[in-house]
Amino acid sequence: MSEEIEGGEVRGERRRPVEPPNITIRRPFFRRRKASPFAHADAPKIDYKDVKLLQRFISERGKIVPRRITAVTAKEQRALALAIKRARELALLPFVAR
Amino acid sequence: MPFYEHTLIARPDLTSQQAQTLGETIAQLVAEQGGKVTKTEYWGLRNLAYRVKKNRKGHYLHFNIDAPAAAITELERTERINEDVLRYLTVRVDKLDDGPSPVMLAKASRDERSRRDREFRGEREPKGERDEPRRDREVREERV
Repeated sequence: MSEEIEGGEVRGERRRPVEPPNITIRRPFFRRRKASPFAHADAPKIDYKDVKLLQRFISERGKIVPRRITAVTAKEQRALALAIKRARELALLPFVAR
Repeated sequence: MPFYEHTLIARPDLTSQQAQTLGETIAQLVAEQGGKVTKTEYWGLRNLAYRVKKNRKGHYLHFNIDAPAAAITELERTERINEDVLRYLTVRVDKLDDGPSPVMLAKASRDERSRRDREFRGEREPKGERDEPRRDREVREERV
C-alpha cells in the first residue's frame, strides 16, 4: 500500500463525525468515531524516550493497547509499537508489570 | 556520516561523577574513530522497570552521535567489554534533535515543582523574624 492511499483513508475517517443535523432517529449501536490523539498539529512526536506519552498506550499489565481502543491510525500504531519495544529494551517500560 | 542516538545504562554503584566521566571517555572514543558526539545528556540514577543483571537502578547516559558506522561497532564492542555498562541501545535517526529530550524535560519540570514547593514552605516558616514590619502592627502604632 502506498502512502497516498493510506493518507486519504485517514482524512476520510476524520470527516465522518460531521453528521447531517436533521437526523432524529439515531442508529442504536453507533459510536462516534474518535479522532486520533496524534491528529492535531501540535501533537507530541512518538519517541521511545517519551515514557510519559508511551505509558498511555500500554495496559496496566504492560501490554500494548490495540488501536481499536486508542483510536490511533495504523501508521501511528506501528510507530508506537516500535517505540514501546525500544523503551522496554532500555528498562524504561516493563515487559510485564507485576 | 549517519546520525545515531545512543543510550546506555551504567551500574548503579558508580557515583554520578563517575558516570559522567564514563560519558566523556565515550565521547573521546567516538572522536578517535572519526566521529563526533553532538549532545550528551545525563538522565541521572533512575529506577529500572525490571531487573537488569541483578540491578534495580541504573545511571542513564544519552548521546547524539554523528559518526561513521565503524565507530559505532567499535563503541558497542568496548561497551560489551566494559563491566560498568549494563546495557546500551543505538538507534539510527534521520536527524538529530538538539533540544533536551523528553526525559530531561520531564526531569526539569519535576525539579521545578519540588523547588517551588520548598520555597512556598520556607516562606511560611520564619514567622517572628521578618525583616519588614507587619502591616497590621504598623497601623495600630499609628493610631496610638
